[in-house]
Amino acid sequence: MLSKHYRRGARSRGVALNPFAYAKASSPSAALTEFDGERGARYIAGGTTILDLMKIAVETPPMLIDVNALPLRSIEVTGDAIRIGALARLSDVAQNEILRSRLPFVAIALEQSASPQLRNMATIGGNLLQRTRCPYFRDVATPCNKRAPGAGCGALDGENRREAVLGTSEHCIATHASDLAVTLAALDATVHVTGLSGNRDVALYDFYRLPGDTPQVETSLEPGELIVAVSLPVLSYGARSTYVKVRDRAQYDFALASAAVALDLDASTIREARVALGGIATIPWRSPQAEAVLRDAPATRASFERAAEAALAGARGRGGNDYKIPLAKRTLIRALEIAAA
Amino acid sequence: MSQPTIGAPIDRVEGPEKVTGAALYTGDYTFERMLHAVVVTSTIANGRVVSTDETAAREAPGVVEVMTQRNAPLVNAGKQTPNNSILFLLQNDRVEFDGQPVAVVIAQSLEEATHAARLVRVEYEAQPPQMDFDGAERYMPEEIFGTPAAYRRGDPQAAFAAAPVCVEQTYRTPTEHHNPIETHATIAQWNGGRLTLHDSSQWAFGVQRRLAGVFGIPREQIRVIVPFVGGAFGSKGVPWSHVALAAMAAKLVGRPVKLVVTRPQMFAWIGHRPQTEQRIALGAMRDGRLVSMTHDVLSETSLSDEFFEGCGFFSRDFYPVDHFAMSHALPRLNISRPTYQRAPGEATGSFAMESAMDELAVELDMDPIELRLRNDAQRHPDSGKAYSSKHLRECLLRGAERFEWKRRNPKPRSMTDGRMLVGLGMAAGARETFRSEAKARIRMDADGSVVVQCGTIEHGCGSPTVFAQLAAEILELPFERVRFEFGDTNLPEAPLAAGSQTSGSVGSVVVEAAQQLRAKLAEVGGRVPAAEIELEVTSTPPEDEEYATQTFGAHFAEVAVDPDLGEVRVTRFVGAFDCGRILNAKTARSQLLGGIVWGISMALFEKTRYDVRTARVMNANLADYLVPTNADIPAVDIIFIEEDDPHVNPAGVKGIGEIGITGSAAAVANAVFHATGVRVRELPITVEKLIT
Repeated sequence: MLSKHYRRGARSRGVALNPFAYAKASSPSAALTEFDGERGARYIAGGTTILDLMKIAVETPPMLIDVNALPLRSIEVTGDAIRIGALARLSDVAQNEILRSRLPFVAIALEQSASPQLRNMATIGGNLLQRTRCPYFRDVATPCNKRAPGAGCGALDGENRREAVLGTSEHCIATHASDLAVTLAALDATVHVTGLSGNRDVALYDFYRLPGDTPQVETSLEPGELIVAVSLPVLSYGARSTYVKVRDRAQYDFALASAAVALDLDASTIREARVALGGIATIPWRSPQAEAVLRDAPATRASFERAAEAALAGARGRGGNDYKIPLAKRTLIRALEIAAA
Repeated sequence: MSQPTIGAPIDRVEGPEKVTGAALYTGDYTFERMLHAVVVTSTIANGRVVSTDETAAREAPGVVEVMTQRNAPLVNAGKQTPNNSILFLLQNDRVEFDGQPVAVVIAQSLEEATHAARLVRVEYEAQPPQMDFDGAERYMPEEIFGTPAAYRRGDPQAAFAAAPVCVEQTYRTPTEHHNPIETHATIAQWNGGRLTLHDSSQWAFGVQRRLAGVFGIPREQIRVIVPFVGGAFGSKGVPWSHVALAAMAAKLVGRPVKLVVTRPQMFAWIGHRPQTEQRIALGAMRDGRLVSMTHDVLSETSLSDEFFEGCGFFSRDFYPVDHFAMSHALPRLNISRPTYQRAPGEATGSFAMESAMDELAVELDMDPIELRLRNDAQRHPDSGKAYSSKHLRECLLRGAERFEWKRRNPKPRSMTDGRMLVGLGMAAGARETFRSEAKARIRMDADGSVVVQCGTIEHGCGSPTVFAQLAAEILELPFERVRFEFGDTNLPEAPLAAGSQTSGSVGSVVVEAAQQLRAKLAEVGGRVPAAEIELEVTSTPPEDEEYATQTFGAHFAEVAVDPDLGEVRVTRFVGAFDCGRILNAKTARSQLLGGIVWGISMALFEKTRYDVRTARVMNANLADYLVPTNADIPAVDIIFIEEDDPHVNPAGVKGIGEIGITGSAAAVANAVFHATGVRVRELPITVEKLIT
């Protein structure tokens, strides 16, 4: 069932946007069908990213397909996973008691995201697809390979204080902005997706794409595919997890560097660790190198420092963001200290 | 008998309207047949417009007209003066900064105008912009605001060379944009040769004069109405290009036109606080007495216009030093014209000078409060006049007591709270209190109620409340019986609402008007008159003031700094102020609080970030241009050192608008030094400056 409101070319009373059509979908299949019929359409859930980008003409979709009426809001515990519907709001998920007790770092990351108003609107699915805050991506008067492939990258030698130091390429150094996704990378969550060719599950590890020479391709989603849910494995040691976020101001700010860690401790020895970094990489950055250093190591400052060195081994700054390399190391060490305490 | 109202923390009269959303600001007004205008801005910073293709825009739905250099009415963009900037009114093809207006789209709705503005294609011939102080054309103006830009007394070089203790350092402050929550807005309507403007402005009469010049018509043919203003802070002190562009557009289409500046455009042709580089040299005796002071300032200005941040004036007018020199030189960059921002000169100058004084205290191994007390001027250092009142000493001592300064271990990095380093810092400041001529009309109606009228404006500071309080006090009426009307050039003329001068200027004329009305009433036996009585009064400051008039303040900040991660959070703040008579304890506190919050913001957050290759602002929004959230601001304790000042002006008030930001950034920076041992001489103090 669809209700459509085509207003192309008509006088719009909404926010200042390019003309676009609007359709409201009541089921995933209806959304997919609608998407299939309109080249360049975009889904809208909380709207906290897409509307911003439309106002600054970075996105100019001919149609928005509103998926808010889809029944994808529930949070369920199934076996050893917490399955979160794609339309669950960040604020609701952050309040979930099981999540808070079993995987506290996810709740911390959510509570440190954006502002209360935004968390009340933004959805889990939308958060995973949050676009970068790179100022060149967000300014159509400047070159950006992600927005306009082949145009060049303004950030490489430009105002790059907030750009990435890991996972970069000569075409793009834009930082992935999500806090939540950093914890999901640490957990290796599963993204449940539906598309015209059926349903599939994508491991978070495979979900995000490094920019390489195609920075415009950010995920492994096919055109039209819709995230329906995310499953978070409940790590046996997930209760010993934390998320540390460094930012310029105390609230409503993106990470300059962040670290999501979970530790499986046996007395003072680390059996296993999960480590992911945010605010410094082009994708939510799982660090198997740091995890390998920590495995079977004593839970000491020295181990944490070695893990931090391993995590940032390949990092490269571009001037304005050089500080992120030492900052990310210290952020990770801090997170490990807190988790081990 | 009425209650005395002066000083009482009376709620602002327009408060309920504002918090319920009923208060109307310029952009809220709408008129019959009104059209909407959206400005198209340049995407290069240096060069010229080669061609403009507006075909697609003209064909877009709702579009009525596209105004470019081709069809724009010929007007006089003007010469700059201290109170007027050059306007960019589509009169030629030259582009001097990124964000300069190059076209205006006029349409039935805002949405249609916004959409069509994106369809205008402008071709440029571009040259690389100049954005470095090094290599920029640099000049020293003879004077600005009527004061010499360079000044010397004694022989500071020789005194510096002979001084036993010296500090010589360079401090930097970045470009900062005001960003009042209400962006600038104008509605223009022509009726024959007469122009009516609704404008978000700090000075209705300034807009009237400037537009009279632009259109070459007598100012009497222009009426400017200024509804509530949602913040200004200097950014609405002079009319910027869009005010004239709205009037030009209205002339072109023969209909009322509304033009609301967007948030990104607030970083375009609207002025900003200029970036500064300040070299300071201090020489002192071992007992802390200053013997030499030099303050040399570089302050960016635009390619063809002149503005500077008078940082050196702060030092000239604050410390008693026999050997003093200051200079201000202006590198020309491809930027829009800088302008006044809250405490222009003092906010930035006090950051540098009060940081340097903190460095001197460290060199002397002396408590920084003691250093201020030993250099507390007894007469104005520049004019030599006696002060109308001065209580800096009380500000320092009472502030220190409230802040529990004595708990401070002077050694840097010596105080901790768990993992965090704790730092306590202070700074002092002064600001001149100005006053200008103001006129007012006062009327008592037959029912005994009083209306006071003056064409000043209300931009959040509480003018309709405090001026009603002043009149009510003198007339011995209940506060509710007095109404203050404002915001219209049809009312008696008021000066620019800036420079902390409104309460002194308008307040004085209100006092004099109320006194004259009271005398009139006394003639008729003090009874309510049978018919209304109306008086018009002008209050003019004396040619040569007998006394030096300054407000004073002392700021105390406590910070917690994460030693590994470099995050700084302000955890306590105390400010003590000598502002003469306080008219309303609530609005006065709010003004000082706002200034302190901005000082914290200046210290830790604010910076307009340009891509220096293109001179384009890369953080032109409120997510990336950082200002503090509630979580960044601790409880702020504000102390008034109040005393009747019989000399300053008839209202007995000293300016209150700018002393809150004069010194507060330095107090935070000095606290960061105390916490970490790292002296950050370039604002804002961000993580990378503390960890690397």
